Amino acid sequence: MKLIFGVIFQRLALSLVTIFLVSIVIFSSVTLLPGDFAKSILGQSATPETVAAFQRELGLDRPPVERYLEWIGRVAQGDLGDSFASGAGYQRSVAEVIGPRLGNTLFLAAITAVIAVPLALALGVAAALYRNSWFDRTVNATSLSTISFPEFFVAYILMLIFAVNLRLLPSLANVGPETPLDERLVKTLLPAMTLALVIIAHMLRMTRASIIALLASPYVEMARLKGVSRRRVILKHVLPNAWAPIVNIIAFNLAYLIVGVVVVEAVFVYPGVGQLMVDSVQTRDIPVVQGCALIFAATYIFLNLAADVIAIATNPRILHPR
Amino acid sequence: MTDAPASAAAAVAAVPPKRTAWRRLRKAPFTAWFGFAVILFYAVLALFAPAIAPHGESQTFDIPYDVWAVEPRLVWADLGPLSLPYWLNFEATGSMHWLGTDQIGRDMLSRLIYGARNTVGIALVTTLLAFFIGGTLGILAAVVGKGWFEIVLNRAVDVLMAIPSLIFALMLLSTFGSSLLNLVLIIAVLDATRVFRLARAVAMNVAVMEYVEAARLRGEGLAWIMRKEILPNVMPPLVAEFGLRFCFVFLTIAALSFLGVGIQPPLADWGSMVRENATLITYGDITPLLPAGAIALLTIGVNFVVDWFLNETSGLRDGQ
Repeated sequence: MKLIFGVIFQRLALSLVTIFLVSIVIFSSVTLLPGDFAKSILGQSATPETVAAFQRELGLDRPPVERYLEWIGRVAQGDLGDSFASGAGYQRSVAEVIGPRLGNTLFLAAITAVIAVPLALALGVAAALYRNSWFDRTVNATSLSTISFPEFFVAYILMLIFAVNLRLLPSLANVGPETPLDERLVKTLLPAMTLALVIIAHMLRMTRASIIALLASPYVEMARLKGVSRRRVILKHVLPNAWAPIVNIIAFNLAYLIVGVVVVEAVFVYPGVGQLMVDSVQTRDIPVVQGCALIFAATYIFLNLAADVIAIATNPRILHPR
Repeated sequence: MTDAPASAAAAVAAVPPKRTAWRRLRKAPFTAWFGFAVILFYAVLALFAPAIAPHGESQTFDIPYDVWAVEPRLVWADLGPLSLPYWLNFEATGSMHWLGTDQIGRDMLSRLIYGARNTVGIALVTTLLAFFIGGTLGILAAVVGKGWFEIVLNRAVDVLMAIPSLIFALMLLSTFGSSLLNLVLIIAVLDATRVFRLARAVAMNVAVMEYVEAARLRGEGLAWIMRKEILPNVMPPLVAEFGLRFCFVFLTIAALSFLGVGIQPPLADWGSMVRENATLITYGDITPLLPAGAIALLTIGVNFVVDWFLNETSGLRDGQ
């Protein structure tokens, strides 16, 4: 037990170091800005005084280490700075801009996970159970193709079928803060289905592969030789040992959601963090981009950490050291 | 996805001689042949685009969003609340353009064909650059061995890989601005980290071989050892990785272009073409799906070929 806490603590420390380094990288994106940046934001007609004032506001006249320490201190308190879009009269803080959208994105991710995880596991186990049958082959070929599709391709095909042709679901997911839950669910369904399809393909292939890898181990052969049925071998002998890799797969794919969410939100005009980040990249609103990147990176690192910890915690070799 | 480096590393052991390679190719499954056919088709389109395309890349015509010359039309059966298609009719529309025109009246078919040249070409250049950077540094790290150089490089790669690459690319594009050169450089550097990992892992196994030691003792230079002793022996896994990396780079650039921060107009590019014509979907017009499908088809083709290649070189077959 001591050993396992030691290993987990080590991972925790390692990911904290990673987040620290990542925050430096994200912070440097402002320092790396080309010299004419102030001009390109303020427009060509900006006077030298406004340019200098803008640069002072960014703090470009002070040493980078000092600025980093100040920045990270404020980030730790939830203050991500002000959006460039905030004019002279009104201030719009980055946290204020991201806040409601973060809720929307988490909602979308949650719905996707609820649809995708059970379906992918069931299909993956079934494909391993009836390996090399027509069912397995169909599932395999379909999932390999889905992996190869760009997300927006899947998104527009689903939109064409369900929104335009069958008229079952709305094609735009323009939810607002006042949208009631049932309407919100209906509007979120199409983006969630798109994301789910992409993730299911990945998760299913990995689940199937991890179960099939276990099927080659001696204890499974032993079970077979003593006459246990195929279904029982998989459900009773293989599956308990496959949980660790499967949980790892789930966490890995939830992390993958982060990338998918950016494109899918753009397709369905869903007001989430991904869409916000893309818009801010176009207007070069650096503080907002930094905030979004920080949130995405932290989530990604955290999910990978969770996967690691669960894999360690369920590994009998670490749980019961010799 | 995750086991690719490991299986690719196993491929070092089995370098097929040329004659058996052809014999194996003849026995390749249908999917691999399909993949080869797709790649060949795209290569021909890309190389001879000006000769094949009926119109110029950015030549505009009078009618924007013109319909297809032959319009496929679904015939619908009305089943109360639900209506389902049961037949496909083809009608000549008298349009001058096979696949219609885009939002400012450019010939869609021509732009699709030129897109093969631009989109695939840019992805290919980016992947090559990523392999040049990542491969060189990876092999160098393996040959030089333990030391500050390796430690610094490894840490840096770890940090770069801790941020999802699409998010990182978006952030860097907002800093440096989205020009074609920036796009290629940013994606190449981000993907070089993955290549670095694999190249270093595979080259480390080769760097401890006696013939490398012998080359060192006879006083060969670092560059010579990397190029003549290590590189030929790490080729097969790197080739397989090249296919997978290309797909990844291709999809990333397509996604960025679709989001409007990748390849910029007026260059014909499939990702931006989907975005520019996306509104047509809401009228049931499938034109925007064509460039998206072109991206999907090439990715599937390359994936099929890589799948077969990995199977062949590593004997990767599951159990039983």
